[in-house]
Amino acid sequence: MNPLTLSTRGKKGSIRPVAMWLGALAVLFGMLFSAAPASAADEASNPDSTTFSIGGIIKDGETLLEGVQILVTGEAFEETGTTGADGRWSVVVPNKGEYSVALQLETLPEGASLRDEKKATKTVTVDLVNTVNVLFALNDTTSTGEAAGEGSGAPQANVFLGRLIAGLNLGILLAMAAIGLSLIYGTTALNNFAHGEMVTLGALLAFTLNRILGIDLIISAVITMVLVAGSGWLQDAAIWRPLRKRRVGLTQMMIVSIGFSLVVRYVFQIIYGGDTKVLSQGEIWDIFGVPTQAVNVISAGIAVVILLLVALFLTRTRLGKATRAVADNPSLAAATGIDVESIIRIVWVVAGALTGISGVMLGLFVQASWDMGFSILLLLFAAVTLGGLGTAFGAAVGAMVVGLFVELSTLVIPSDLKFAGALIVLILVLLVRPQGILGKAQRIG
Amino acid sequence: MDWSLVIGNAAAELISPTTAAYALAAVGLAVHFGYTGLLNFGQAAFMAIGAYGFAVSVLYFGLPFWGAVLVSLLASVAFALILGIPTLRLRSDYLAIVTIASAEILRYIVSTTSLASVTGGAGGLSAFAGEFYAMNPFPEGNYLFWPFDVTAKDLWVRVVGWSIVALATLLVFALMRSPWGRVVKGIREDEDAVRSLGKNVYSYKMQSLVFGGALGTLAGIIFILPRSVQPGNYGTGLTFFIWTVMLLGGAATILGPVVGSMVFWVLLSLTDGLLQGLVNQGVITFLTTDQIGPVRFILIGLGLMALVVFRPQGIFGNKKELQFNV
Repeated sequence: MNPLTLSTRGKKGSIRPVAMWLGALAVLFGMLFSAAPASAADEASNPDSTTFSIGGIIKDGETLLEGVQILVTGEAFEETGTTGADGRWSVVVPNKGEYSVALQLETLPEGASLRDEKKATKTVTVDLVNTVNVLFALNDTTSTGEAAGEGSGAPQANVFLGRLIAGLNLGILLAMAAIGLSLIYGTTALNNFAHGEMVTLGALLAFTLNRILGIDLIISAVITMVLVAGSGWLQDAAIWRPLRKRRVGLTQMMIVSIGFSLVVRYVFQIIYGGDTKVLSQGEIWDIFGVPTQAVNVISAGIAVVILLLVALFLTRTRLGKATRAVADNPSLAAATGIDVESIIRIVWVVAGALTGISGVMLGLFVQASWDMGFSILLLLFAAVTLGGLGTAFGAAVGAMVVGLFVELSTLVIPSDLKFAGALIVLILVLLVRPQGILGKAQRIG
Repeated sequence: MDWSLVIGNAAAELISPTTAAYALAAVGLAVHFGYTGLLNFGQAAFMAIGAYGFAVSVLYFGLPFWGAVLVSLLASVAFALILGIPTLRLRSDYLAIVTIASAEILRYIVSTTSLASVTGGAGGLSAFAGEFYAMNPFPEGNYLFWPFDVTAKDLWVRVVGWSIVALATLLVFALMRSPWGRVVKGIREDEDAVRSLGKNVYSYKMQSLVFGGALGTLAGIIFILPRSVQPGNYGTGLTFFIWTVMLLGGAATILGPVVGSMVFWVLLSLTDGLLQGLVNQGVITFLTTDQIGPVRFILIGLGLMALVVFRPQGIFGNKKELQFNV
């Protein structure tokens, strides 16, 4: 790339392409979702507003359990729900109010057990939302290698394939947020510890729009993407731009981002509470014999397209080239007439959009909670560092490595150590190749 | 609202063992960051090594008190070496990411159910300080005066904790006036200049990492003596609190971390008490008592942001002494 070919561009000229870009993303997003077989999305949209139901999914690790009975009582009403082949159950209740939901332990298949027997009965309130999801935490027997259910076939291969698919899925979703983090690092050299909160914001906004306000999932996702992109612009305008103007050091900015992350995270906790919000729903698809939530498969497909669009944006458009020029050398970029501040603003908006969408999809993948973004923040850092600090494509490659490693490592190590494994890989890579997989070999010490 | 209770509780934090532990950990961090310029975001890991090294040595291996302390310190030195060898040659933001990642790795390892027989898993460990309290020279009874009135057992932890803080502070004071201190401060200012004088920068950084980490480990032991070991305590939040404490007082000052810790805990206790009282009296209606916990973290976050932007040198610091351009 030759930065000299980039002409001066005013503020007005730079905003329009971004808007077009976001618009294109949104349209594409919508097309892909609606092109998908009548699935997740349809079921996701709110049911008839006069009916209320309590439902959930019972699964043992990745295996969906069929024939498990759940007794719902309360408000002078009693009914038993039974899980179908997709592991889902649902009971339509007559009124808003408080219901007691009891998992019938004796109906659980052989080998499956509740993580905490005391939690077999839960009280739920049907109030704001028409459909209440109830989660029962079962002991995860699948990820340690014993495949329950299915029976026939080669369970070992199946488990491996399941992990592989989950890993690819996680990696591709992490990749979008990691590229956002990497673009911000590339152009401003800021290690943004509050990046995870944009992921959380995406998931929680999608939850609010889709599950509380009952807006269609696709529309919710698009609105969320726009709102999180806006939050990116706002963060830059309210915090980072003034700090850059004050010439505050990078280490100080990093600590500011840590403080900001604390503030935002606990504001989320106050608003949404400390529990996990169920976002994912819809039918289960059979992918090479591995039952996978349809919505996750579609998410991954959309994510691939978005990543390709980002790649095209960075390599083919003038704005993308200008972004890379700024990442390469801000002073030189400024000298060639690139408006560095406006590029940084655009980067925050694009990073916000990417991270917000990643948050929605991760919310559908692992459910939403107030600290979900912070819990994957280090995985994002690992992805960005593995790929080479500040290179967008490296971040995508790093994210795939991290996602695959996290899921595949559970084949050998306990699943509660899977994040630790990914971080150990980060440290080992820094030992042998500190510039990352795609980073330029340069002196960094 | 019972003002005497709110103020009494806040004042009692001045001498609490938790305040002492945070102060000591912050002194260690000041050695890393304030004097040597190392961006250590894994101080929680050194505290966890103190806590688990001590508790596991006593409960699992049946070591006596001093043996357990020694094991913790050795583990801490080993951890610092493992951490430092790959990262001290790299740029400082790499060190930040690697230290924070290592601290999280350690936390995952001590909370995994597969090691629950040793580390207690998510439940943690308790009842390991019997020998420490058996050494208590103070006879039964109540000591000191309001609001610091304590039992003999409480007094013993406080005396030991604050004595170690005092010793560590004196040691750091002496070290920073020594040739060693001048070299590490030189590394903070300009690594290449120190290297050109023929000093082995890598080795000095490593010594600093080991020394500050050992102080963090001792802080971890003080922290758990009056309570149980809970893996949830050793998350990244703890590291950030220690950073806040250190920056509050002044990162490159002798008494800064100690005063920072006192201010930090007194303010936290005051705001907690005030909010609790206001919510109970119905003055604040938009919060419930459960939501006061998160408010504390929001205040810490805002404090950290404001501090680092508007007064990076802390309460006592000299602006010339501390520069953040590492």
